[in-house]
Amino acid sequence: MSKSKDPQGIEKGTSRRRFLTGAAGLVAGSAAPRALADNAKNQPPNVADWTRSLGDGVAVRPYGNPSKFEKHIIRRDVQWLTASRESSVSFTPLHELDGIITPSGLCFERHHSGIAEIDPADYRLMLHGLVDKPLMLTLDDLKRFPRVNKIYFLECAANSGMEWRGAQLNGCQYTHGMVHCVEYTGVPLKALLAEAGLKTNAKWIMAEGGDAAAMNRSIPLSKALDDCLVAYRMNGEMLRPEQGYPARLVVPGWEGNIWVKWLRRLKIGDQPWETREETAKYTDLLADGKARKHTFVMDAKSVITSPSPQAPVRQKGFTVITGLAWSGRGKIKRVDVSLDGGKNWRAARIDGLVLDKACVRFYYEHEWNGEALLLQSRAIDESGYVQPGKDALRKIRGVNSIYHNNGIQTWHLKPDGEVENVEVG
Amino acid sequence: MSRSVSALVALLMLALAAPAPAQTKNSKPGLGIGRVATPAEIAGWDIDVRPDGQGAPTGSGSVKAGEEIYMSKCAACHGEFGESAGRWPQVAQGKGTLASHDPVKTVGSYYPYLSSVFDYVRRAMPFGDAQSLSNDELYAVVAYLLFLNDIVDDKFVLSKETWSKVKMPNAGGFFEDDRATSERSFWGRNPCMSNCRPAVKILNRARVLDVTPDEKKPGHGVD
Repeated sequence: MSKSKDPQGIEKGTSRRRFLTGAAGLVAGSAAPRALADNAKNQPPNVADWTRSLGDGVAVRPYGNPSKFEKHIIRRDVQWLTASRESSVSFTPLHELDGIITPSGLCFERHHSGIAEIDPADYRLMLHGLVDKPLMLTLDDLKRFPRVNKIYFLECAANSGMEWRGAQLNGCQYTHGMVHCVEYTGVPLKALLAEAGLKTNAKWIMAEGGDAAAMNRSIPLSKALDDCLVAYRMNGEMLRPEQGYPARLVVPGWEGNIWVKWLRRLKIGDQPWETREETAKYTDLLADGKARKHTFVMDAKSVITSPSPQAPVRQKGFTVITGLAWSGRGKIKRVDVSLDGGKNWRAARIDGLVLDKACVRFYYEHEWNGEALLLQSRAIDESGYVQPGKDALRKIRGVNSIYHNNGIQTWHLKPDGEVENVEVG
Repeated sequence: MSRSVSALVALLMLALAAPAPAQTKNSKPGLGIGRVATPAEIAGWDIDVRPDGQGAPTGSGSVKAGEEIYMSKCAACHGEFGESAGRWPQVAQGKGTLASHDPVKTVGSYYPYLSSVFDYVRRAMPFGDAQSLSNDELYAVVAYLLFLNDIVDDKFVLSKETWSKVKMPNAGGFFEDDRATSERSFWGRNPCMSNCRPAVKILNRARVLDVTPDEKKPGHGVD
């Protein structure tokens, strides 16, 4: 095998045995994962460079970053989707991640007017409306309340929204990357409401952001008192600016749009506000021209993250198939995997934590001999909801709803190891 | 752990289990964190408007005045007739398209309430210069949006007083989430595990469209 260059321009060595033979075998437009440059002098029996010399000392990297060899693992956007980057979305590279926790810097972004950069000293959270005592809280005030730590998934209602009319984007980063799952530290919203004292006619809460979109959504009081948080930390550290620093709303299991970032105001009222976000956007237009509104809960969903179009199979033989599953209605009970486009199913192995309204990681190990496969996964949650096929979903919802597409995804694994997003029937 | 430290921990745990002092001292509930928000502070941020007009500010604006503001501050993105310039949202027309293959969602065709558009413009527009319009300008530009959608005539003046006169064409176009009943079939069945369907055929491939971003171009990553 002669030297060749993969799509990222990294030279592949002569000695490395690769299942895929050169650039032709890789998916055009895919991330060309980890085409490592072979360097025999760093391999046995030789002693590698890094084994002989000193590396960077402590505090040379005061805030650590991933290895320089992992630079291609980043959030990516789809430029044709939106008119500007300030009101747009970038996607989590799910195909390169494992476990259930999304690294903070890789959590997908959705902004309506760019990232607000809020000075924590000037941050204020206002709570007013149908309360006994309108409250003004600083960030330090928020941090004085009793706090809890919770792991939740957050999925944008528009995740997979480009796929309603058929397979369109080649990569689970693009088809499913508007989801992340992190640990939040924050104050139960219930505690803040108790501090202000609710009037007896209080029924709805409006949450409003402090960014230049001042994004606002209405939330039923029952949900606010159940499990919502005002969070200021993710994965132990303060929220990233892209995720609403210094404080955001956490609305477990409900569509991401309601998780207002850069939270500046909570107003308590007796009816929903019917804001632009909950009427003109984030409503689900059905085939007859009528639209469902207040479709808050995210239905159970799953996706195989590897193999997938950006993560082709590089070798025949023992192969780990893996993915994520989540449900806004509680815990995931089971995930099934099909290799033949949904004709036959086997239960996958769930590894790690199974938490309420959080992602679970599943695995299915398979001896792959180069046969074409149609890979699917199917999530079942504790409410008994079974993730539907795309056809079943379209039969009820049509193809115009944009939001809440939780249909079963199919990946076509081809004999050369490439994977393509396909629709089957 | 030494005995004194474990004793201290035990004491701390007792203290934590006991009711917070603030709750016992004051008869009213709460931890005494934060302070009362003043009426002036609230007034500065309290910009939301409900369908019934609650929250609408004082002021008024005519279609005629709105046209001028719209042309100078909105048309560059939304188009002179609300038809959209480039990729920005179309804000006018689109009536009768909601049940078609290509629904066009605008103020006239889709928004159910006047407040849904008024509240949004008030907080988020003009894009990049949010909350810069005076109340009169805000009323005027929304009046012009209504005019562009044939909801009001060119003599119309929008204000708190005329608020309820505006009838949005798609006010009846929405219904509450009914998935628990309309999608009942997705629950509770024991999903088929073997031989669930006839042979599977590939109907459509993503590559045919070729719209996936080229990740080799560095510009696509978001740092």
